[in-house]
Amino acid sequence: MRTEIRIAGFGGQGVALAGLILGKALAIYSGYEAVMTQSYGPEARGGASSANLVVSDEPIDYPFVLTPNILVALSQEAYALYRPGTKRDAILIIDQDLVIPTNSDSCYGISSTRLAEELGRRVVTNVVMVGFFTAVTRLLTREAVERAIADTVKPKTLPLNLKAFEVGYTQPVIPVNLRGNHE
Amino acid sequence: MAAEQVRTGLHFMSGDEACAEGALAAGCRFFGGYPITPSTEIAEHLARRLPEVNGVFVQMEDELASMAIILGASAAGARAMTATSGPGFSLMMENIGLGMMLELPCVVIDVQRGSPSTGLPTMPGQSDVMQARWGSHGDYESIAYAPWSPQEMFDLTIHCFNVADRYRLPVFLLADEVVGHMVERVAVPACDSIEHWERKHAATPPGEHFEPFKITDPDLVPPIVHAGEGYCIHYTGLTHDERGYPDMTAATHNELVTRLVEKVRVNRENIIRTEGYSLEDAEIVVIAYGCTARSARQAVREARQAGIRAGLLRLISLWPFPEEEIARLATRARSLIVAEMNLGQISREVERCARRPARGVFHAGGMMIPPDPILQAIREASA
Repeated sequence: MRTEIRIAGFGGQGVALAGLILGKALAIYSGYEAVMTQSYGPEARGGASSANLVVSDEPIDYPFVLTPNILVALSQEAYALYRPGTKRDAILIIDQDLVIPTNSDSCYGISSTRLAEELGRRVVTNVVMVGFFTAVTRLLTREAVERAIADTVKPKTLPLNLKAFEVGYTQPVIPVNLRGNHE
Repeated sequence: MAAEQVRTGLHFMSGDEACAEGALAAGCRFFGGYPITPSTEIAEHLARRLPEVNGVFVQMEDELASMAIILGASAAGARAMTATSGPGFSLMMENIGLGMMLELPCVVIDVQRGSPSTGLPTMPGQSDVMQARWGSHGDYESIAYAPWSPQEMFDLTIHCFNVADRYRLPVFLLADEVVGHMVERVAVPACDSIEHWERKHAATPPGEHFEPFKITDPDLVPPIVHAGEGYCIHYTGLTHDERGYPDMTAATHNELVTRLVEKVRVNRENIIRTEGYSLEDAEIVVIAYGCTARSARQAVREARQAGIRAGLLRLISLWPFPEEEIARLATRARSLIVAEMNLGQISREVERCARRPARGVFHAGGMMIPPDPILQAIREASA
């Protein structure tokens, strides 16, 4: 089974690192085949950026994401750009303070940026999101992702990153529509 | 080699990083280069890692100098490498010819992008294939490999060093942007299980009479000595005799250049690498390499599911060309298809060896050829 994941936002939100952590958790600690490709604009920060993962239990030939089954949007621009090319029944995960989805979409929302700021470091927004992704999709075990975080981030930032993961992982997993009403 | 210089274990890394780690695992301790996308990550990674293993990283002023400095490092005994993309590969051609003439082992990584000229900086291409064969002036036979995954970026970089050292010439790794930038699992083996082919060193001790280009072995490879070992030898790009001194006669020139070509041809069985998928009963054979071979394998698998007897011959080495294998396949396959991200370079070689036309699935570059057009060509061939 081929699963396609796109994590999109603007440069500086740590989209690439989120993809790398999840890819590592899948390919090294969960026995899946996984390929990551990236797309980004010429700007170091602020431009559109996405990390794209293909996951399968068989060897992956074509490495690019075509129509994702899972879209993680960290900015309105990313949602607007990538939602149309995403499967209709895809799992949609958004930073609910930064993205207003269309009426017809039901998304899993989290205040990832605000939660990261409450931890004192906005840079861990991506790891908060990785935690929430893990809880929502159940594609991976918590342990696999924590191991991937441990061998990706700098050792001195590991406690903060594990805390960020924990915060994201323990948020309520409830799909919400545009008005924030629980379905 | 100390174990910490080889990062044994499973990694999730890009092809460019895997190439850099492969170089370190092969014992490469010298990099001279001029960063250019999509190969930049190789230089970046080695700039960090080489100092950790007492290696040398030099950012050069341009690609001419990059090629020159790795020839110098090689002449002093180091396993040396540079990495570039098409525009830089063009600039390296003059000194690549010098490397062929001086028979100095080294590895040149070309992570191909859309070309000609500045082309498409961060987008893929496979159009430097003929340049890798004929890019420098004069007759010589080159060796090039085309990885299709980050794992092969690691494995084939090591192999390039082994082949370069064994046969004494610059060896090319013709990667592409897709394979260089994609991130996938890479298994780095234990340090002591990494293959290491030694340079054939001269048996004559320093101080005694020694002729550096005298051939005594049937492999046509002269034994090497290194700067600093106490030998007195002369290197020149001019046509030279067995002593290494200029000898600009037609007879010496013909003998030297013929040997430079023949030393690769006579050893081709140890150099050429291919891999077959579903070839046993294949009526339609797709020939592809690098990232395009990934799409080709998927197309072949889908064709098989549709009941079409298709197979894939993946070229792991591009040069020297697997002439005998293509000729053999051509006698039993009904149809040959060549898929490549250029407008027909390897396809000419295939047609030359098969002695009949091959169907082409070509794209000038900028995007990886997806499986669909290859599958379409298979369907057309089977109709």
